Amino acid sequence: MIEVDNLTKRYGRNTAVDAISFRVHKGEILGFLGPNGAGKTTTMRILTCYLPPTEGTARVAGYDVFAQPLEVKRRVGYTPETPPLYPDMDVGSFLDFCAKIKGVPAAQRKTRIADAMEKTRVADVKRTLIGRLSKGYRQRVGLAQAILHNPDVLILDEPTAGLDPKQIIETRELIRGLGGEHTIVLSTHILPEVSMTCGRVVIINKGRVVAEDTPENLTHRLQGAATVRIEVQGADEGLETTLSAIPGAKAVRRVRAGVFEVDAEGGRDVRADLARAVIARGLDLVGLQQAGMSLEEIFLHLTTTDVATAEAAPPAPPAPEAPAAEVRS
Amino acid sequence: MTALRNIGALIEKEWRHYFGSPIAYVAICIWTLLFGGFYLLVMNRFIVYSLRAGMSEMGGGPKPGLNDWVISGVLHNMAVVTLFITPMLTMRLFAEEKRQGTMELLETSPITSWQIIAGKFLGALALFGLMIAVSLVNFVLLWHYATTPPEWKPVATGVLALLLVGACFIALGLFVSTLTRNQIVAGTLTFGLLLGIWILGWMDDPSAGPVAKALAYLGLLTHLEDLMKGVIDLKDLVFYLSFMVFSLFLAHQSVESQRWRA
Repeated sequence: MIEVDNLTKRYGRNTAVDAISFRVHKGEILGFLGPNGAGKTTTMRILTCYLPPTEGTARVAGYDVFAQPLEVKRRVGYTPETPPLYPDMDVGSFLDFCAKIKGVPAAQRKTRIADAMEKTRVADVKRTLIGRLSKGYRQRVGLAQAILHNPDVLILDEPTAGLDPKQIIETRELIRGLGGEHTIVLSTHILPEVSMTCGRVVIINKGRVVAEDTPENLTHRLQGAATVRIEVQGADEGLETTLSAIPGAKAVRRVRAGVFEVDAEGGRDVRADLARAVIARGLDLVGLQQAGMSLEEIFLHLTTTDVATAEAAPPAPPAPEAPAAEVRS
Repeated sequence: MTALRNIGALIEKEWRHYFGSPIAYVAICIWTLLFGGFYLLVMNRFIVYSLRAGMSEMGGGPKPGLNDWVISGVLHNMAVVTLFITPMLTMRLFAEEKRQGTMELLETSPITSWQIIAGKFLGALALFGLMIAVSLVNFVLLWHYATTPPEWKPVATGVLALLLVGACFIALGLFVSTLTRNQIVAGTLTFGLLLGIWILGWMDDPSAGPVAKALAYLGLLTHLEDLMKGVIDLKDLVFYLSFMVFSLFLAHQSVESQRWRA
């Protein structure tokens, strides 16, 4: 549904998006993850034809965003991070205006507006001026505006930003409900959101794609290489070989005197065995921690380590110097 | 069809803004008050003058007519008022959309930049048209009360001239509004430009050289004269239309180029 190839956007000398490529299939919900300033919004603006790309191509529903912007715009619903609303209009007339400029046929306009208002639960503020609405309502009116013309593709830039927890849950449910019928790309920097709503994640940092997979796979791939870090006191010569012999231990590294890292095979918990082995050698075990990675840590890992190495080997085991490995024990 | 619907939707939206805020009411109120004020003053002078002309029947000058004196006089003054009041109507057209981020909504909807510009231009022009229409009540009274009613043709062309001048001012103001996100800047700049163009017309005197004459030709109000007298000269119409189209063209280029510079 969306095909992005080598998309690049430069602002003067500053490269906001650097040759990114990805695909979104029909009915899929794609999470677009990255720290602030990673190029998420720029990419979304290119997909919605708001900004022209510097290089590369992007096609939405088979139409090129640069060559056939009107065709693309007809098929895309878009909510920018700050919903574009007219504070001096009431919700009903705002949506009526949007329906008109989005080409909803006059005969369907009423039902489409009512439908969108019901889905986003803003029907109760139909006659309220947008300027008087709370942040949560505004966000939802912005969402209602995006789904009015029943677009094939929905592009949502941080749809849950600024909402209270209850509203966040409701919005996520709404987005999940819209998936299947619509193809959705949503950006966020809140990680649980991705694992809860998205079928696939593209992690982007400094304008480049650093990882792309399902949230489960991303977690698995890294947990498959879960690392246990142990600290011992005493003469540790030869401990490496002993530890390597433990079933399930894939690789053992000596970080410095008395500190070892053991990569465990997928899903196996080798901590008990490690502890026994250390004690059996007559050493004191003073520290043992598992550095299994949550999505949060993967994200931090991918976006804080050098982009080039991360790209070459996205599921790289956490390097000792990476803060991600220390986040959780 | 879709183009017309889009433009229509934008006109409607602009009117919601004008009438949902005090802008429309203030503009109509000031305009009609000034119109009435000028009308009253000019009418008084006219009555005094015609009484005098009536008394010195034999050696008196030409009998003053309502068209030349009252209607043309008021319309001329209102052309200057237009210069002050149109920046108020145009300054927010694009500046506000940019500031509140709604430009993103318009530009990601399946409408073209021309449709956005046309909708906004016609929306503002329609409000200006309404202002003129409301104030024409003053003139209608002449047909009811005057012993020799005025000719309708110079009135019609005079009103047309005012509308054309207003349309040019609005087109220019719309262009200026695309340049900034600050309404005050847009309004002040438009007002300054319009004032400058008005002053250009003052260069038009018989002794002026070719450069001064050419500059004076650009003075928007200098092209009013013939129309106010009831003479429709194609070159005046062409002048106004080209000024309008050129301003809107600049606005279009400005809107389009901002996507590239963003």
